[in-house]
Amino acid sequence: MKNWSLTRKKGILWRRAKIIQSIRGFFTSRGYLEVETPHRIPAPAPESHIDPFSSEGWFLHPSPELCMKRMLSAGYEKIFQICHCWRKGERGSQHTPEFTLLEWYRVGRDYFDLMVECEELIQTLAGELGLGDSLQYQGHQILLESPWERITVEEAFIRYARISAKEALRKDRFDEVMVREIEPRLGIERPTFLYDYPSERRSLARLKKEKPSVAERFELYLGGLEMANGFSELTDPEEQRRVFQSEILIRQSLGKPVYPIPEKFLDELEEMPPSAGIALGVDRLVMVLLNERRIDEVIAFTPEDL
Amino acid sequence: MYTASDLKKGLKIMINNEPYLVTYFEFTKPGKGQALYRTKLKNMLTGLTIDRTFREGDSFEPASLEEREMQYLYKEGDHYYFMDNETYEQIVIEEETVGEARYYLIENLNVKVLMFREKPIGVDLPNFVNLKVIKTEAWVKGDTAKSDYKPATVETGYELRVPPFIEEGEVITVDTRTGEYVTRVKG
Repeated sequence: MKNWSLTRKKGILWRRAKIIQSIRGFFTSRGYLEVETPHRIPAPAPESHIDPFSSEGWFLHPSPELCMKRMLSAGYEKIFQICHCWRKGERGSQHTPEFTLLEWYRVGRDYFDLMVECEELIQTLAGELGLGDSLQYQGHQILLESPWERITVEEAFIRYARISAKEALRKDRFDEVMVREIEPRLGIERPTFLYDYPSERRSLARLKKEKPSVAERFELYLGGLEMANGFSELTDPEEQRRVFQSEILIRQSLGKPVYPIPEKFLDELEEMPPSAGIALGVDRLVMVLLNERRIDEVIAFTPEDL
Repeated sequence: MYTASDLKKGLKIMINNEPYLVTYFEFTKPGKGQALYRTKLKNMLTGLTIDRTFREGDSFEPASLEEREMQYLYKEGDHYYFMDNETYEQIVIEEETVGEARYYLIENLNVKVLMFREKPIGVDLPNFVNLKVIKTEAWVKGDTAKSDYKPATVETGYELRVPPFIEEGEVITVDTRTGEYVTRVKG
C-alpha cells in the first residue's frame, strides 16, 4: 500500500458521502431545487479578503452566490447547491484552496429564519449518522437541542475580549481579536450563532432597518470552528454597487488585483425579492460531525498529495 | 525577503537582528476577514518562545545563518557531537539547541549545522530520514476494522504513528518537517 494515508480514509469518506446524501435529502424533502451554476465565471463579487484563481481571463468561482442570486431574481424561490469553490492562498488545518461549499437561498425569509433552518439541518444530519442529540468534538460535548446560542458581535466582544467591536475596528484589530479571543470560545457547549456584524463587515448583507450600524449577517460556530455565513440579502443594486466599489478601493490599497464589477448580477438584482442566503463549509461540517481536527482527514486528496 | 504567505513550521527568520525559528504555524481567517498567520517563534539565541501573528502582506528577512556540512557522530548525556565534513573539526551541541532534530539523529547522518556569529545555534536535517522501528504492536492480519495508525518507537527513541502493517525491525522513511511516517523502506 503505497498511499496508506489515502487507504485509511476509507471509513471517513464513506461517512462523508452519507452526510452529503443526507444534506441532499434534507433540502429536497423541503421543496428546494438543487441547482448547478458555472464554476468558471468572468466576474466574481469584489471582496477585500477573498482572492480568486484566474483561469484564461475568467475566474474559478470563490462561491456560487452571484449566479444563485440571479436565479432568485428570475423567479426561483428555494434553491441549493453543493459545489467546489476556490480561494487562493488559503491553507491551514481548517482550509484548503479548493473546498466544498453548500449554499442555499430562500425567498421571503430573513437571517433569523436561516438560523432555525441551520439547527434543523445539523440536527437531521447528526440523527441520520446515529449521533443522537449531541456531538463529541475534540474533547467537548456539543448539545444540539434547540435553541442554539445567539449572541451579537457587540456582546461577544464585551464578553470575551478586552476591547469593544467598535474600538477593535478603529484600531484595525477586529480580525485578530476575533481569531484569538472570540472564535475559540464559540460553539463549545452548544452551537453559537454570532450575528449583527458591524456595517464595515456587511459583505453582501442588508443593513438592519432599526440599527443601520450593523448588517443582518451571521456566522455559525461549532466547537470553535466557523461553519457558515448567512445574510438577509441586500437587494438594492445602487447600494450593492457602492459596497463593491468600496471593496475594490480596499483591494487597491492592499495592492491586490482588482476584478471587473459583475454588471449582469447588479442589473438583475433590482428584480430580486427579499431573500436570505447562506454558505456552509461542507468539509468543516464533516470534520465536526466525525470529530476530526484537520480538514486533511476528511478529503481524499490535499493539494500536497497531488 | 519573505512574506507572510511563506511562513511555515521550520522557517528561520530575522527579527530585530536575531534569528528565530518558526515552531508552530497556523493559517486563520475569520469569516470575510483578512488572513492571519499565527506563529510561535523560538529565539535561536536565547531559546525563548514568543507568540506572533502576522498579516497578509507583512514581510521580513530570512535569518542569515552560516551553514556548515557536518556528520552526526554520537551523544553523551545532553551533548551531541558533530564533525565538520571539510575540516574534520569536532563540535559539541547541547540537547536544548539540537531541539526536535534529536528525534532523527542516527550515527553518520549528514546534517547542516547552523552558525550565528561563529556559534552553533541549530541543526538542519535532510527532509527525509530512514529510521528502524524498534517497538510496535504486531499486526493481526485480516483485522480490517483496525485500518488506522498504531504507535511505534524508532531507534532514536522517537514515537510516531505508523500503518498497522509495519512490523518491528522494519525501516521506515520519516518526514523530518512534519515528524510523520512517509513510507516503508523495502529491505
